[in-house]
Amino acid sequence: MTLRFDPIRLPPECEKLRQEVRAFLAEEIAAGTFDPYRPGHGDSQNRAFSRRIGAKGWIGMTWPKKYGGQERTFLERYVVTEEFRVANAPVRLHFVADRQSGPILLKYAPEHIKLDILPRICRGELCFVIGMSEAGSGSDLFAAKAKATKVDGGFRLNGSKIWTSNAHIADYMLGLFRTSPPTKENRRHGLTQFLIDMKTPGVTVNPIIQMTGQHDFNEVVFEDVFVPDDHVMGEIDGAWKQATSELAYERSGPERFLETFYVLVELIRALGPDPDPRSAEGLGRLAAQLHTLRRMSVSVAGMLQAGKEPVVEGSIVKDLGTIWEQNLPHRVRELAAFLAPETGNRATLEEQLAFAMTVAPKLTIQGGTTEILRGIIARELGLR
Amino acid sequence: MAGESDHIVAETAARIFADLADPQTINRAKNDAWKAPLWSAIAEAGLPLAWVPDELGGSGATLTDGFDILGAAGRFALPVPLAETLIAGWLLARAGITCPATPMTVAPARPHERVTLAANGTLSGSATAVPFAREARHIAVLAEGAAGTTIALVDSKDCRLGEGCNLAGEPADSVSFDRVKPLRGAAAPPGFDRTLLMLMGAIVRGVETAGALEAILSLSVAYANERVAFERKIGKFQAVQQNLARLAGEVAAALAVSGSAADALAQADGFDDAVFLEAAAAKIRAAEAATEGSAIAHQVFGAIGFTQEHVLHRFTLRMLAWRDDFGNESYWAAELGQRIARRGADEFWPLVASR
Repeated sequence: MTLRFDPIRLPPECEKLRQEVRAFLAEEIAAGTFDPYRPGHGDSQNRAFSRRIGAKGWIGMTWPKKYGGQERTFLERYVVTEEFRVANAPVRLHFVADRQSGPILLKYAPEHIKLDILPRICRGELCFVIGMSEAGSGSDLFAAKAKATKVDGGFRLNGSKIWTSNAHIADYMLGLFRTSPPTKENRRHGLTQFLIDMKTPGVTVNPIIQMTGQHDFNEVVFEDVFVPDDHVMGEIDGAWKQATSELAYERSGPERFLETFYVLVELIRALGPDPDPRSAEGLGRLAAQLHTLRRMSVSVAGMLQAGKEPVVEGSIVKDLGTIWEQNLPHRVRELAAFLAPETGNRATLEEQLAFAMTVAPKLTIQGGTTEILRGIIARELGLR
Repeated sequence: MAGESDHIVAETAARIFADLADPQTINRAKNDAWKAPLWSAIAEAGLPLAWVPDELGGSGATLTDGFDILGAAGRFALPVPLAETLIAGWLLARAGITCPATPMTVAPARPHERVTLAANGTLSGSATAVPFAREARHIAVLAEGAAGTTIALVDSKDCRLGEGCNLAGEPADSVSFDRVKPLRGAAAPPGFDRTLLMLMGAIVRGVETAGALEAILSLSVAYANERVAFERKIGKFQAVQQNLARLAGEVAAALAVSGSAADALAQADGFDDAVFLEAAAAKIRAAEAATEGSAIAHQVFGAIGFTQEHVLHRFTLRMLAWRDDFGNESYWAAELGQRIARRGADEFWPLVASR
């Protein structure tokens, strides 16, 4: 196996777009929509903000125009994603739909559903939740037990999903349910993906508060929830084939190494224009590592745009990127250890570090754990 | 991005290396008999002076071509001064100096060392750990004087050499210039200084390191799929798989950052902070990958990888040694950190996102 990272240069239209995004974000910050210095404090239910982003054409921007998209490139989407991320703009309302649910609908939903739902995602009106994990099924996705039973005109869902981020504000779930038992030959067989309207009778959302104090996780319980036949996404019993194809998109984006980026910016502010050699060296290393991750991530985006399938490269970006962003607040804390007490932005930095350090443990778990990613990489290397 | 012609140059290089610089064969060789045929094949193909225009005696290839050659050289742990001659030729060509068709090296090769040019045109000063100095017929020297920066071609016999070696046992000699009269000399172009030479060297070492890392990854994977312990191939153990996945990550990082820096330099009109970031990051991150990656590879191979007869050390010790040439990772990190601090917090992201 040969690893490949083409040195992609962002084309001029990306730079023009970047300036538009920065101007938009500056206006929103000035208007008080969110505080870029206080990550995690932005209103996650700010539907008006998502609508304004949608009105700019920055949600579902790579999708066909007939579904509300802009038919722009993955590199353009990349620029929008990274600029929103470094500004700490609250995007959780539409981000999952933009990144992964929309592309799944594009691929597997019947035409009338695409025409109904995709334009609403693009307008920033819809929040999606992913229903994969269960109490007894996390990394081992194929141990899922929540059931879908065939009935007249559709399926009845029973069971529960857990760690469902944003289920309490979501309009739709893309959920994985067991339609058949696994076979001896293929334990991944028997799962089917469904599009579920969260307002359907029988759906109950129970909050689970995280160690940061934030409410993001939920348990979603299904009691005889009816889902019509046309809400089956893709092949019945064959969801395992669908789950892996989107991974390069999901795993290699800028959100996989920029989640705690703000502490690095604040460290630079705290160190001032003439840091001591220890701080300068520490800062330089972090900058070099960040630059490397970003160039890898941009390269994967460029290869995807060119129609290649950089699966192992994408997994590597997430493995390295999440470990880096997890470690970053701790490195910044060490580098800030000898700052003068009167350093101007010390309070801001300390508040940010406290938040980043409590968020950090999840970064190598969500969206595929480090161990799972390394298993994928090892398989691609020819070891499994 | 690499065009068609680039691949031809790199493929030619790789073919020559496979025929005449097989690491296993060289590792077993009892003497240096392999060296002369290897160098003449390399020279015949125009590789050493790839970065020198035709009119100055070179083969006028692109920067990208040259970096592709260096990636291949890294994959073979090439034990001749090809990288050094490439840099020397590139440096001499900056000043329009015609290049000799001999093995060359470049001085200084460490960021804090200075060679000075006196008013009478002679060079004084010293440079340490100059790679392959004793095997180089000529040395390309960057010298600083009252009139600015000068680039000079020096006959190595005119210098005093003190033999030394790097971790891999390759020549890393000290070179003293005691009022040495250069064979040729000319002013460096405006803005060209020692930092630029060091940055070029940094990218070159980054690209070679990435190549060597690619080689140790494939050696390690092949070995893990063949070595049996506890009645299983060791590559079937998750602990080993996870380590090899980490190695792949380090290889990927080194490849991506050095490839990006090489491309940035090939496209650059001038040297700005963005190119500085690319080049410094290539040296820093590739050096970190060398440290991490060589440890993992040795762990996979166990005792056999720690022997003279095994080829692994040809790659790992070179990578570890390259960390120190043209500024080590701590030096570049401190320089980069200072630059970022001077720009200020709000100019950091725009710098990172500039390409």
